[in-house]
Amino acid sequence: MSVHELEKLFQDKIDQEIKIEPRDWMPEAYRKTNLRQISQHAHSEIVGMLPEGNWIGRAPSLKRKAILLAKVQDEGGHGLYLYSAAETLGFSRDQMIEDLHSGKAKYSSIFNYPSLTWADMGAIGWLVDGAAILNQVMLCRTSYGPYARAMVRICKEESFHQRQGFEILLVLSRGTEAQKAMCQDAINRWWWPSLMMFGPKDSESTNSDQSMKWKIKRKSNDELRQQFVDMIAEQVKVLGMTLPDPDLVWNESRKHYDFGEINWEEFWNVVKGNGPCNKQRLEARRKAHDNGAWVREAASAYAAKKAARRKTVAA
Amino acid sequence: MSAHTSNQALIDYTLHLADSSLIMAQRSSEWCGHGPVLEQDIAITNISLDLLGQARHFYQYAAGLINQSADHTLKPATEDSLAYLRDERAFKNLLLTELPKGDWAQTILKHFFFSVYQSLLYTRLQTVPDKDLAAIAAKSLKEVAYHVKWSSEWVIRLGDGTAESHQRMLTAIEELWPYTGEMFRAADYETGMVDPSTLHAGWLKEVQDVFAEATLPMSSESVYMHVGGKTGLHTENLGYMLAELQYLQRAYPGAEW
Ligand SMILES: [Fe+2]
Ligand SMILES: [Fe+2]
Repeated sequence: MSVHELEKLFQDKIDQEIKIEPRDWMPEAYRKTNLRQISQHAHSEIVGMLPEGNWIGRAPSLKRKAILLAKVQDEGGHGLYLYSAAETLGFSRDQMIEDLHSGKAKYSSIFNYPSLTWADMGAIGWLVDGAAILNQVMLCRTSYGPYARAMVRICKEESFHQRQGFEILLVLSRGTEAQKAMCQDAINRWWWPSLMMFGPKDSESTNSDQSMKWKIKRKSNDELRQQFVDMIAEQVKVLGMTLPDPDLVWNESRKHYDFGEINWEEFWNVVKGNGPCNKQRLEARRKAHDNGAWVREAASAYAAKKAARRKTVAA
Repeated sequence: MSAHTSNQALIDYTLHLADSSLIMAQRSSEWCGHGPVLEQDIAITNISLDLLGQARHFYQYAAGLINQSADHTLKPATEDSLAYLRDERAFKNLLLTELPKGDWAQTILKHFFFSVYQSLLYTRLQTVPDKDLAAIAAKSLKEVAYHVKWSSEWVIRLGDGTAESHQRMLTAIEELWPYTGEMFRAADYETGMVDPSTLHAGWLKEVQDVFAEATLPMSSESVYMHVGGKTGLHTENLGYMLAELQYLQRAYPGAEW
């Protein structure tokens, strides 16, 4: 079969909503795009453990500590599923991690912001997990089978995370004056970076058209961002807090909220490595990996010894 | 023993169990997000969660006992007031649990020593007349059995892994062994509960078996043993741990979270 015919067959499958599986023929660009996106997603889960991990030791009650520990652990689990999904595209987890540590692979910029108060645990759950969910719900129907299936498992847990985050803020919003201020401050700091999570504007997004055609993505950045603004603008009322955007207003004719312009200069700066925590996040990941090298070596040395012994016994 | 002192002994005993589990959990949760490999990051966080769960059960029971007693300085007590508003001299956790997390070898060995001890202790505790303590012990045993299995496997893997991992285990043994004696020396409040000295032989046997498979030497029985944690005399580590753990409750008294 010619490449042209293969490509046609491939696109037919996608148009008929048949999932692409690891052993199916796929265009090289499709494989690469998926690999980049899934591994980037996996890295985001892992780096995402750091800002919240920062408050495990200081969680203000035993119940909150347990919920936070379980949440951060869930994110580690998400990383595992996603690394496995990415590995089906012929790239090992070790290689992916190497690319993360060398700066070649990216992760979500949101995790380059610092978690400064306990209220940030609420704001991250509500806004960051909330934004992630919209993207991930869409990805449950993405065309690459292993990615879609990983997303289905992940989405169930993410909605818990968002509710738990909101609940943290709800308690703060009904608490003392200091707690209310802490709550509003966290919303102020996390709001704009959360909006940036959906990526550049559609008019400036480079890979979007092809990704839509291949049904890797099914909604554009701007569509998802609008959906997020509409959702959060309502939920924030329950908290009795405000979003830090004077231009945020319901538009009756569009049936959507209008909102202000994102600071794209900040967006690109954080992407380029100039966010408040880019350096620290990567350093923390590298340090964990480097300090763990002797542990991984010992584990494989022991496994090899054991296998050799079994062989001797068998012979 | 008067009713008052025996009730106080039961409260102290329960707090001792709670504190050890909590401090173990607090320390091991430092690995969350920083583990040597993702699967083990998840595994140790699971164990932290189990230990935290045990601590909560014990604190809740202690809080009930305190609130029922006629007048008690810790009244009104909740699981959080007991964990967050007592000072280090009131904490009764084993010294072993508060030692720094160290490298993966020290963490593994600490969990191994502690979980083998816990499994022996809880096995006996589930048969004491105090129904609540017995129930918590029974409920926790399944988790602890997993902790023993997980940590034993790692002791063997590291002991019999590479020259470096073996050496790190030797260092860990040297660091931690002097803190194991305290587990088996009874504090006053343990009278009438499980006599910890009766757990010692079983513990040594289990450690010996795993060490043998791990090609690790047993420490000499004559090593000097540090004690004090059970009665509130701690290492300098605990103060820093509590400063972190208790920070928000101390900074915003009376606030709900
Ligand atoms: Fe996640
Ligand atoms: Fe999440």
